Amino acid sequence: MTTSPATDELEPPQNLPSPRAMAMQRRRQSLHTSWGQYRRNALGMAGLLILGLFVAVAICAPLIAPREATSEVYAAKNNQPIAVGPGSYCPGGGFETDPVTGERVVAGQCPDDEKEFYPLGTDGAGRSMVALMAWGARISLTVGLVATFMTMIIGAGIGIIGGYFGGRVDQVLARLTDWFLVIPWIALAIVLAAILGQSLTNIIIVIAVTSWPVTARLVRAQTLTISTRPYVERSRALGASDWHIVTRRVLPNVFPVIFANTILTVALAILSESLLSFLGLGDPLSVSWGTTLEEAQSYGATTGGQWWWILPPGIGITLVVLAFTMCGYAVEEITNPRLKRR
Amino acid sequence: MSQPDVSAPLLELRGVRVSFATSRSLMGSPGASTVAQAVDGVNLSVSRGEILALAGESGCGKTTLARAIMGLQPAQEGQILLDGVPMGKTSRALRRHRRRVQLIFQDPSAALDPRQTIYESVAEGLRVQKTPGVERDLVAKALSRAGLRPPERFFTKYPHEVSGGQRQRVLIAGALALEPDVLVADEPVSALDASVRGEILQLLLKLRDELGLAIIIVTHDLGLAWMVANRVAVMYLGRIVENAPAEDLLTSPHHPYTKALLSVVPENHHQEQMILSGETPDPTSIPSGCRFHPRCPLVASGQARRLGIEDRCTSEDPQLTESGSDRAAACFAELVEVPSAQSPSTTTQDPTRATLEDS
Amino acid sequence: MSILELKDLRISYASSEGRLPAVRGVDLHVDRGEVLGLAGESGCGKSTIAASVLRLLPKDAEIDGEVLLDGEDVLTMGWTRLRAVRWSKASIIFQGAMHGLNPVKRVGDQIAQAILIHDESASKESAARQARELIEQVKLPARRARAYPHELSGGQKQRIMIAMALACGPELVIADEPTTALDVMVQAQILDLLKGLQSELGLATLFITHDLSVLTEVADRIAVMYAGKIVEEGPAKQVFDKPKHPYTRALGSAFPEIGDWSYRMSPVGLAGDPPHPNDIPSGCAFHPRCPVATAECADHEPRLESVGPARSASCLLLEPVQNGQMA
Repeated sequence: MTTSPATDELEPPQNLPSPRAMAMQRRRQSLHTSWGQYRRNALGMAGLLILGLFVAVAICAPLIAPREATSEVYAAKNNQPIAVGPGSYCPGGGFETDPVTGERVVAGQCPDDEKEFYPLGTDGAGRSMVALMAWGARISLTVGLVATFMTMIIGAGIGIIGGYFGGRVDQVLARLTDWFLVIPWIALAIVLAAILGQSLTNIIIVIAVTSWPVTARLVRAQTLTISTRPYVERSRALGASDWHIVTRRVLPNVFPVIFANTILTVALAILSESLLSFLGLGDPLSVSWGTTLEEAQSYGATTGGQWWWILPPGIGITLVVLAFTMCGYAVEEITNPRLKRR
Repeated sequence: MSQPDVSAPLLELRGVRVSFATSRSLMGSPGASTVAQAVDGVNLSVSRGEILALAGESGCGKTTLARAIMGLQPAQEGQILLDGVPMGKTSRALRRHRRRVQLIFQDPSAALDPRQTIYESVAEGLRVQKTPGVERDLVAKALSRAGLRPPERFFTKYPHEVSGGQRQRVLIAGALALEPDVLVADEPVSALDASVRGEILQLLLKLRDELGLAIIIVTHDLGLAWMVANRVAVMYLGRIVENAPAEDLLTSPHHPYTKALLSVVPENHHQEQMILSGETPDPTSIPSGCRFHPRCPLVASGQARRLGIEDRCTSEDPQLTESGSDRAAACFAELVEVPSAQSPSTTTQDPTRATLEDS
Repeated sequence: MSILELKDLRISYASSEGRLPAVRGVDLHVDRGEVLGLAGESGCGKSTIAASVLRLLPKDAEIDGEVLLDGEDVLTMGWTRLRAVRWSKASIIFQGAMHGLNPVKRVGDQIAQAILIHDESASKESAARQARELIEQVKLPARRARAYPHELSGGQKQRIMIAMALACGPELVIADEPTTALDVMVQAQILDLLKGLQSELGLATLFITHDLSVLTEVADRIAVMYAGKIVEEGPAKQVFDKPKHPYTRALGSAFPEIGDWSYRMSPVGLAGDPPHPNDIPSGCAFHPRCPVATAECADHEPRLESVGPARSASCLLLEPVQNGQMA
């Protein structure tokens, strides 16, 4: 470092990219290093792999089975076999619906070339489990992600406002958070379902309304820490407004916490969706893993030995939740320096 | 060293008081709050081209005063005047004030957002204040003024990629970008390695000389004051107890607290050590009378009684009064005796020695 | 015989960029009853040396050389012996140690516990009595034994830490930045206390700090470290007043004498920053920042050589004194 006079001639402007562009490039670089760190985390990579698989299935659902295949009417129309095990070659169209009991009965033998293959079997309504799993993945992931998104907006917003402004505002918001935190959420879900009717939107609202307080608390704590950092004070001393400080200083520095928390919340939201659907509070018109489980339960699949009806959605939920959790921990380990050196 | 022009003060504080309500006792009743009087009636002024050292121990209120000057801490009473105009309270007035008065932080590593490049950190003030001009040029100018050259080399670096001394220069550049009139530096070198400090202090001196800045350096280090300050104001428990030109105050202190502080600076063996017992009292319970009397060596040694001022020390609050040309101290002993007889012998004040011993 | 002798001590830490050398060949000794000041900036390896004396280094540290505590090598000691030696032979006062007290135990009990751990024959009553005596020894009223840490000020807590370091009657105390977090006045109080204890108990002390001026208050001899090596060593007063090594000179000028007109309005500092252990310059590690470096300094590494009676320094520009005794 030199100590030449302070008022120095400026160097002639060079043909360098603009500082903003250079900053963007540096960001990309740091993203690259973070990704490099993530890649070395076996747990995180395994989680990402599982997740990728399920996301692919959810996206490709229309290629795997037509949407109608998840409808009971469709199954009945096609006279699909009821609750047959995985790998069954079943006579397509060889069933008839008994007009009195509603049960499907074998009408007679059919030629081999008309037989259909059910790799995961069918459920009690005769729907292919493959179709249910693929379309269920779609619903479960969508509900999980949308609910989490709402949770993050509410939680992060309330957490940052309370933590940053403090005082009376914080006290009110903290009490509100506590209040929502202790609400028995299943009871709330039942009440909301009764008032608003059963729909996916309601499930999303219920999950968001009941899971934001955890995020809010976490974000508030982190905001409190960040707010006392001298660089926040520096911004203020430079004349920055609260809005500037919150959006430019606080939010970017709280973001890693929000991000890690988001991933873990998705897992919880998917679990919640399954549970709500399982309890019969889900949307009867859309098929999720939870509703499939619920139907298996009411059909008596657990006692009837139709394990292929219960296991796939169960494993699906477990794997997705596990995968999100694994990714969440990996991200947390990278963003939280205290966990880095373990 | 040229004397700064003694024009009208650029920044002036008149009777500034800052207090906090503290109600953080674990078992205390929720309503019971005590008031900590952090800054208790401070008058102070700085002129263009002047460096004022605000010295004192931790808890004396010097950092609170610095924050009050920035408008970061509302003052309950008193006025902060910039060019004779009182600082406003609206957010617009505060923003205008903060363009002209800039703060330099103690720990540059903590005062820079780790997620911002150096360019963005320096440009932040320009963006916030919507300063006209080509941002890139202004940032480059500020960086090279702060001694980071060539500035382009630092644009895309992150704070953790440069050294501690360079980080402090980045902070200074961020302040200079707004072309302020006053710099408030809160312990600007105490977080830096000893061998790096000199360069940062040199930079501050250079900025004072070349840009005519008024600089307030908040410090606990009287040696630092000796190296750079024109004036020194010593604070004790929220009050300025002595205020004088640096040479006078540091070589012949008047207030017993200043004397004690100076005597414990290591390697300052010309005076007998006066180690005060105990620690600075809590600003929630400021002693009656002279706030320094419970620790005052004049009171303890009985000299105050001999001078016949002991009663006043314990019951009356001494005001900062003139005690010689251009200097003031808040001590009753100053009023009854000749200052020179009291001050311990120090090195002779001979400015010519500076040139002789300068290596 | 010296109470502490370091022989060609080399310590490195593991890191993602390979091994980081923190200490690169240090020879030092502390005589009985002597106060040796070890000065240097952040990352120069001074705290690593402090930790090595009681073998308190992290597991990833690689240690070479000898650390002789009263003639016994600490590095090859068995665990039982090490436990016996820790605290009773040598104890340590840590940097920022005020936070090292257990917040939910009375300070007297904490001192008594330290005594009981190292002396199994002591009874609880005698340990408590000793704790009160120790508290009086550090100039606090004995009733403060019943205080909890939060009831004490920073200076008082540091006194308790000193009392704890004295609990088992060590011959050597290692003080690692014992006054750094304290105010000047409290620092003066603590230094005064340490000086008193040293002369009263004949304690040998290794006093580690970044503040060279503090050492002139307490130390008999000063060793200055830079980038893992000793660059200058000698009697305290002489090293501070008449430094031989340009680094010592620069370090000293950060703490000027008030009233010395050569410093007035002319602060002195070095360009650049202390080197990081993964990037130590070639030749003399100090040469990139040295105001008097020559071309030769970048290629040749100077050795610590005698430059006067009881003084040594490592600088190519200094004439070694042949008949001077090696410190």
